[in-house]
Amino acid sequence: MKILVTAKRVEDPESKIKVKPDGSDIVKEGLKYKINPFDEIGVEEGLRLAAKHTGEVVVVSIGGKEVQEQLRHALAMGANRAIWVNHTGPLDQLGIAGLLQKVAEKEKPDIVLLGKQSIDDDQNQVGQYLAEFLGWGQATFASKVESLESDQEKNKVPAVVLSADKKSVQVVREVDNGLATLEVQLPAIVTTDLRLNQPRYASLPGIMKAKSKPIEELTPAALGVDVAPKIQVLKLSSPPARKAGIKVPDVATLVEKLHNEAKVV
Amino acid sequence: MDFQLSESQRALQDAARKYARDVVRPKAPHYDETSDFPKDLISAAFELGLLNMAIPSEYNGVGLTHLEQVIVCEELAWGCAGVATSLIANDLANLPIILHGTDDQKKRLLAPFGEKLKLSCFCLTEPSAGSDVAAMGTTARREGDEYVLNGSKCFITNAGYADQFTVFATLDKGKKHKGITCFVVEGRPQGLTTGKHENKMGQRASNTTTVTFDEVRVPAANRIGEEGEGFKIAMATLDNSRPLTASISIGIARAALEHSLEYSAQRHTMGKPIREHQAVQFMLAEMAMNTHAARLLTYESAQVLDEGQRNTLQSSYAKCFAADMAMKVATDAVQVFGGYGYMKEYPVEKLMRDAKLIQVYEGTSQVQRLVIAKELFR
Repeated sequence: MKILVTAKRVEDPESKIKVKPDGSDIVKEGLKYKINPFDEIGVEEGLRLAAKHTGEVVVVSIGGKEVQEQLRHALAMGANRAIWVNHTGPLDQLGIAGLLQKVAEKEKPDIVLLGKQSIDDDQNQVGQYLAEFLGWGQATFASKVESLESDQEKNKVPAVVLSADKKSVQVVREVDNGLATLEVQLPAIVTTDLRLNQPRYASLPGIMKAKSKPIEELTPAALGVDVAPKIQVLKLSSPPARKAGIKVPDVATLVEKLHNEAKVV
Repeated sequence: MDFQLSESQRALQDAARKYARDVVRPKAPHYDETSDFPKDLISAAFELGLLNMAIPSEYNGVGLTHLEQVIVCEELAWGCAGVATSLIANDLANLPIILHGTDDQKKRLLAPFGEKLKLSCFCLTEPSAGSDVAAMGTTARREGDEYVLNGSKCFITNAGYADQFTVFATLDKGKKHKGITCFVVEGRPQGLTTGKHENKMGQRASNTTTVTFDEVRVPAANRIGEEGEGFKIAMATLDNSRPLTASISIGIARAALEHSLEYSAQRHTMGKPIREHQAVQFMLAEMAMNTHAARLLTYESAQVLDEGQRNTLQSSYAKCFAADMAMKVATDAVQVFGGYGYMKEYPVEKLMRDAKLIQVYEGTSQVQRLVIAKELFR
């Protein structure tokens, strides 16, 4: 089976993000970047599926030359090859889904795995758009029933379960009031939630091998996709700073303040 | 000259950092306290390819450049210097084979390290021959196709758990360093015994024992280099390993600096965080500056090797400066923490104990200065 997985380059969640004074963008100097953690979970699930069913994992990213770093990370984890859609400049979810549609039509994967959202914009849209563009079934927010400490997890068993006739997959999804199990016909789009798996660490030999794995370069023009954004970002702003707490002398004052100032009791 | 790490160097650094942060750090206080052997951490390192970094890939190793090795090793030591010392002890022991072994020896004695977890140890130091290698008392005598080893070694890292021993012994004490020869002992043959685990001040996660040879027979095919080349091989090995020990110092110092930055922001005196006091700022600035200077010296000493040049001078600069620096930085970190720093509940006193060893092992800071002076007079 063939699995296509996305690997978006995002700001490292551990770095301090500041908005530029004019609100046009964030300050990018000195920032560290990594693969979107939800995509990394997708890479891990893809590797497990490929190991169980003898398949190929192809990883795709969109962006400037720097996204090769995230592709190499996925290759170091064990993906077989990579596709780099070379594009700099603004891009919205529709543009991304359009590019991924063309890549999927070219590669003809059985499953496309994407993070449920990327941690930079938190849009949670690309997987759904992609399913619509391709006319494929989708299972979003893939999770699992076992705990992340289970034997199944330690033995790296995929949580996305392929049916015996290999024509569908069973996916456990996280929904508001619990878990829902879906059966989706292949080819299908699966977006990954936090509790699907624990991504493996890239090993040093894996990193060395990744250097010689192929990265194919494509462009929006070659794929025939118009990526002109339909959404314009007008302004970014930081959330309001939290006010410092206060100390109250006694319980009576506390109740008084909760009642009159915070208005919660 | 390029001061930016490449993409793949950063990927290696990142992989080692994750291991150090998620696997080593949570267990480091336990192994420091108990001085038990961190078998689980070493197994995990083996799985991730953090062991045997120096063995070339054609012999099943990870095959990192020297610069890549020091970048990785700093991260390991940031996690725990004792664990890092245990991990690089394999490379130290295998370097004589990597540098001077024949193709047959590399296939037999190096390649198995890539297949399953095996530990090796470097047996050079003796009770009466540390810095003075030529005073070596362990002897070898030739008998047919074998050599017979007798004598004892001390302070040998990983020896208690080693599956292979790289041993230096003299064929003729009268020839001093020209009699020294290098052998590899596979497994634990009759006559080879290891002593009890030493109760060390620091780096307590690394296993350290004596090794005694009583009529231990080694096939002549396991002699590395020619008879009498052992001293030269040992010195070349140490030239190669000094950048790694220097990088252990840097890992310790970076940990000390980070703990100090964090603590000095939280701890208040005279109505403000202590890092707003100039006296503390000066210490933090010195710590950062010297850690970075040591890193640059270390990177250079590794890169000179990667360029195929002799690095005796640069690697002694790096090892000596980094070891003394780490001792100072870790001591200052305890100072920043004040009374709390002296307590075992806080992380910095371990760093001070760990740092001390680097001024002592693999050539003391005094020996490094002698080497530097000798190089200057060449």
